[in-house]
Amino acid sequence: MTTATSSSAPTPAAYAELSAIALRVREHILRLSTDGGCFTGASLSCADLFVFLYARFLRINYERLDDPERDYLLLSKGHDVPALYGTLAELGWIPIERLSNHLKTNDFIYWHPNRHVPGVEFHSGSLGHLPAVGLGIALDIKLRGASNRVVVVTGDGELDEGSVWEALLVASAYRLDNLVIVVDRNHFQANVRTEELIPLEPMAPKFEAFGCAVVRIDGHDFGQMEAAFSRLPFEEGKPSVIIADTVRGKGVPSIEARADRWFCNFSAEEVEALLRELHGEARAQLTSETLTVR
Amino acid sequence: MNYQELIRQTALRDERVVVMTAENRAVLRELPPVLGPRFVDVGIAEQTMIGAAAGLALRGRIPICHALAPFLIYRAYEFVRTDVGIAHLPVKLSSWIAGFLSEANGPTHQAIEDVALMRAIPGMTVFCPADEADMLAMLPAIWASPDPAYVRLIVRKTDYPHAPFEIGRAEIVSEGSDVTLLVYGLLFEEARQTARLLEQQGWSVGLINMRSLKPVDEEAILRAARTSRRLVTIEDHLLTGGLYSIVAETLLKHRQTADVLPLALQERWFRPALLADVLAFEGFTAERMAQRIVALPAE
Repeated sequence: MTTATSSSAPTPAAYAELSAIALRVREHILRLSTDGGCFTGASLSCADLFVFLYARFLRINYERLDDPERDYLLLSKGHDVPALYGTLAELGWIPIERLSNHLKTNDFIYWHPNRHVPGVEFHSGSLGHLPAVGLGIALDIKLRGASNRVVVVTGDGELDEGSVWEALLVASAYRLDNLVIVVDRNHFQANVRTEELIPLEPMAPKFEAFGCAVVRIDGHDFGQMEAAFSRLPFEEGKPSVIIADTVRGKGVPSIEARADRWFCNFSAEEVEALLRELHGEARAQLTSETLTVR
Repeated sequence: MNYQELIRQTALRDERVVVMTAENRAVLRELPPVLGPRFVDVGIAEQTMIGAAAGLALRGRIPICHALAPFLIYRAYEFVRTDVGIAHLPVKLSSWIAGFLSEANGPTHQAIEDVALMRAIPGMTVFCPADEADMLAMLPAIWASPDPAYVRLIVRKTDYPHAPFEIGRAEIVSEGSDVTLLVYGLLFEEARQTARLLEQQGWSVGLINMRSLKPVDEEAILRAARTSRRLVTIEDHLLTGGLYSIVAETLLKHRQTADVLPLALQERWFRPALLADVLAFEGFTAERMAQRIVALPAE
């Protein structure tokens, strides 16, 4: 495993723009965390990754989704979908107003991704499926001799599912170096710390043992993302794995790294307070119980 | 008393009981310190949970396996069928948010084929309580049985005073000559309201809380078919393999026939939303069900 350096960091202006988009994505996530709620904590951890991937890395024109040469992003940890929708809305793929249809029967903006929303490649919600689906897409691309990249974003708790590792064995056997697994390593699974339940560390050697080339980065540092994603594939003939260390609830200190702030259904007042906290104002006073099973 | 407390008391009384989950522990949150090593959370690995439950059961344990319905039984289906089913081990599957209870999660989380798949396994028993009190009345007998069992959990409350439970027996809430509603699980309360609406229009309405879908109370179905002009099956399940199928199989087995209206999901997943909106969108509110029954053509 190697560690990414910030040598090819975006320019200060580009960095500021990515940060500004990510802030607005976090606002969307918080606004979806009421009236039924959403997976707030898990969405905040990967917001920066989605913003970077869609704004800087992926070669996808949302007006040409039928382009066979475009890249793919598959969201395997489907409960993070507010971060994806927030990103797609900010980048103009879907109208921002559509987010207000959250959980309504007049639309398909619910707790997991689905292909009624343009840009969503595949539905998810059951963990451990999209490494295999991504493998199939990557295999077709290789069969065609094309150069599109397939990025699959997984959770860290999701790595408990054996199907993830089956897919890696096969991807490695077929030398699919166009497949990139990005692990949103936020150190929690639902209402438990991963290392207190089913320890995942040392994580990088596990992927390496399955035939992957691994880089570990700070998943909130756009410079480290640029350094890692700009030199894919890490090794010819091997699937790439980027372990992105993140903080669940990132950006809102009162819900950061807390076991009970995974799925959140806050009151409207709490959401307003959390938005103020996101912008560096007073810390929110939260009373909603959010320890739940979804 | 609630689900967690019932498990706690059962496990403390019987050391064979082991509680397992695939990291769906919010409703079991107080059990780990009480049960110590008899609380086993395998992480997000449902197949391994079921395989391990079979191993524990081979050694004389009674595993209660608690997980979200779709992952408990669809992800692990072959393990349930092959490790629990073929060996006929007393593994107790506790299925969380089955049917409409998955609300806005979407099709990945919609266990609306669970009754069909579970009852297809030889020796597997299948239970769907109507509300929390019904579930608490049913679980002790289910857990005490030597058979593998699948239970759709429900923690919603109603004010219906349920009768004691017996495996294989339905609960006859009322009998009626115009129509009998056969229902299980979450939709029991809506069906009760449907019955009231129909009675207000002068109908004579029967209502049966099925409770035990396998073994099923054949006599309750046959009697309703004999005494009621029409049957209505109500379920948050696909038409294929659920209560409508059970009623059809029962009637044919006994060479009876009946006029049966199925209220079920037909060849589609339901629209994800909060529960009240799902019921309205899919036509399962008491008002909509009453309208659909009243709209039936006269014989």
